[in-house]
Amino acid sequence: MRIVVPMKAVPDLVEEIELTSDGSGIDREYLKFVLNEWDDQALEEALLVKEAGDAEVIAVGLDSDPDIEQALYAALAKGADKAVKLTGAGEAPDTHARAEMLAGWLGDQGADLVITGVQSPDDLDGQLPPALGARMGLPHVSVVTSIEAGADAGTVRVRQEFSGGRSTELSVTLPAVVGLQAARQSPRYAPISRIRQMMQAGGIEEAPLSPASGTSGLRVRRMYAPESTGHAEMLTGSPDEVAAKIVELLSARGLVKG
Amino acid sequence: MSNNVMVLCEHVGKRVTDSTYELIGKARELAGAFGGQVEVALFGPADLAEQLGGADVVVNVDDPSLAEYVPECYERALMHVLGEREPRLLLLANATIGLDLGAAISVSWQAPLAAYCVGLAAEGDTLVATCQILGGKIMAEVETEGTKAVATVVGGAFPTEPGQGSGSPEVVTVSVPDLGSVRMSLTQTFEAQGGDVDITSVDMLVSVGRGIGSQDNLETVEELATSLGVPLSASRPVIDSGWLPKSRQVGKSGLKVKPRAYLAFGISGAPEHLEGMRSAELIIACNTDEQAPIFEIAHYGTTVDLFDLVPAIVERVQG
Ligand SMILES: Cc1cc2nc3c(=O)[nH]c(=O)nc-3n(C[C@H](O)[C@H](O)[C@H](O)COP(=O)(O)OP(=O)(O)OC[C@H]3O[C@@H](n4cnc5c(N)ncnc54)[C@H](O)[C@@H]3O)c2cc1C
Repeated sequence: MRIVVPMKAVPDLVEEIELTSDGSGIDREYLKFVLNEWDDQALEEALLVKEAGDAEVIAVGLDSDPDIEQALYAALAKGADKAVKLTGAGEAPDTHARAEMLAGWLGDQGADLVITGVQSPDDLDGQLPPALGARMGLPHVSVVTSIEAGADAGTVRVRQEFSGGRSTELSVTLPAVVGLQAARQSPRYAPISRIRQMMQAGGIEEAPLSPASGTSGLRVRRMYAPESTGHAEMLTGSPDEVAAKIVELLSARGLVKG
Repeated sequence: MSNNVMVLCEHVGKRVTDSTYELIGKARELAGAFGGQVEVALFGPADLAEQLGGADVVVNVDDPSLAEYVPECYERALMHVLGEREPRLLLLANATIGLDLGAAISVSWQAPLAAYCVGLAAEGDTLVATCQILGGKIMAEVETEGTKAVATVVGGAFPTEPGQGSGSPEVVTVSVPDLGSVRMSLTQTFEAQGGDVDITSVDMLVSVGRGIGSQDNLETVEELATSLGVPLSASRPVIDSGWLPKSRQVGKSGLKVKPRAYLAFGISGAPEHLEGMRSAELIIACNTDEQAPIFEIAHYGTTVDLFDLVPAIVERVQG
């Protein structure tokens, strides 16, 4: 089985997000980019499928994403068989453009399964897995928490999760696209030394993309940080002083014996 | 093309979900502005139409393959209904079905999609959506081009009441072409597992997020929970890591809680988490990032490190 895992680098949410001076988008220049956490989950699940049977895992990234090489080398270090950087993706493509370009490239890759993150923090025009599924005319399932070999050859069993902890199991005929929510186990860790080895070996392949022709049909008027209408009243002081205030708030409501 | 606003009805165990009412309420407002009607697409038995008094028209597809949610069956049925009814706008809840179908419908129906909507307004003929992105740190105000659009709406963004009208909508029955060729089938259904404690029925919760760093560190917050005599709950990453059972998860795919006090330690306040706890009476958040979105909904906040703060609270409580 051939599994392709499209990965995306996204702004690190731990950092302060700056907007461009005209407020029409985020300022990517000084932002730190990291692998989309759900793509990391997707890679983990792909590696688990590989370990459970006979599969080849190919991690792919777009050259539009800052530091995507880092994620691709890490994928190799974790056990992906191949990493491919797709070139000519343009600047900051949105989901619709990504889906169109990836579908073009995937067309002749013979992938049985495409596994990618259920969402990314900046996919304003929607999530990649269903867009890709629709573009490629393939069955697709999102919010998935496990993928295992199916009862019949050429199928997989996927677990799809719903609000409140309900879930269902679906049997899906391959080829298919899956949007991963959480892998069956926490994503494995790749030691830095191993990532370095991969970098020295220079194992990333490159392949060109055909540029996207369509647009998402969204026009951004402005972006802004949420207006702080209901911002919390901040408690300041030493840990002990803050602790005292918190206990006071709770005991005023009879929640601790003050 | 019509000026109607269509909502896809979600139902669980013979009950229409709250998120559906949230969408119908918003659809009423938007349909009014566009000069159209509110249509609700109802897949499965038509008797649920009784619960859809907020709609003008219920478009029912009652096919055995739609009795339960199977993504491809729903997608095909929805595409068919969209083709027949040609609404101006389709509203989906940004939960599993919306995450599954939204962008696929956008591609196939060739309509722009605005995801993670927390605001929707009609300005003349233009649909303007306010979307929450980057884990709730940034809002994007967008216009959708063209004469049709799809929006996926964050749970709890709109009130349910305006969608719970008591009218008697016209029920239009639509039959879908053969769904026999779909490439997936439902094999099992799992109900939510109960836990040792019910976090939805307690007065207070000590809740912990990824900021805790490791399973070993959980001891710190566990001690606080014990000294306050309340259970520990958590954000999704803590549950996914296997550090606490699923029955302790607060949020979109976990439980909705409404305690008298919710103490959040090392939780950023992603929209999916806020969905589960925003109506707690008192929210106190501890997060070292002063920009963390949790502070937008917390009543009190502090940027003191949780590893300094938690032991200090324990000491006070144990007095
Ligand atoms: C379909 C779907 C459903 C989901 N359902 C849920 C759900 O039910 N519940 C849920 O919670 N999430 C859910 N999520 C995930 C959600 O998007 C976020 O990824 C998640 O809520 C983040 O959890 P967190 O705040 O603990 O982690 P992070 O976002 O990583 O935040 C950790 C925070 O800890 C702070 N911190 C670090 N160190 C310290 C310290 N020493 N002291 C104090 N603060 C510190 C950091 O500043 C940071 O803000 C869902 C996602 C999807 C796609």
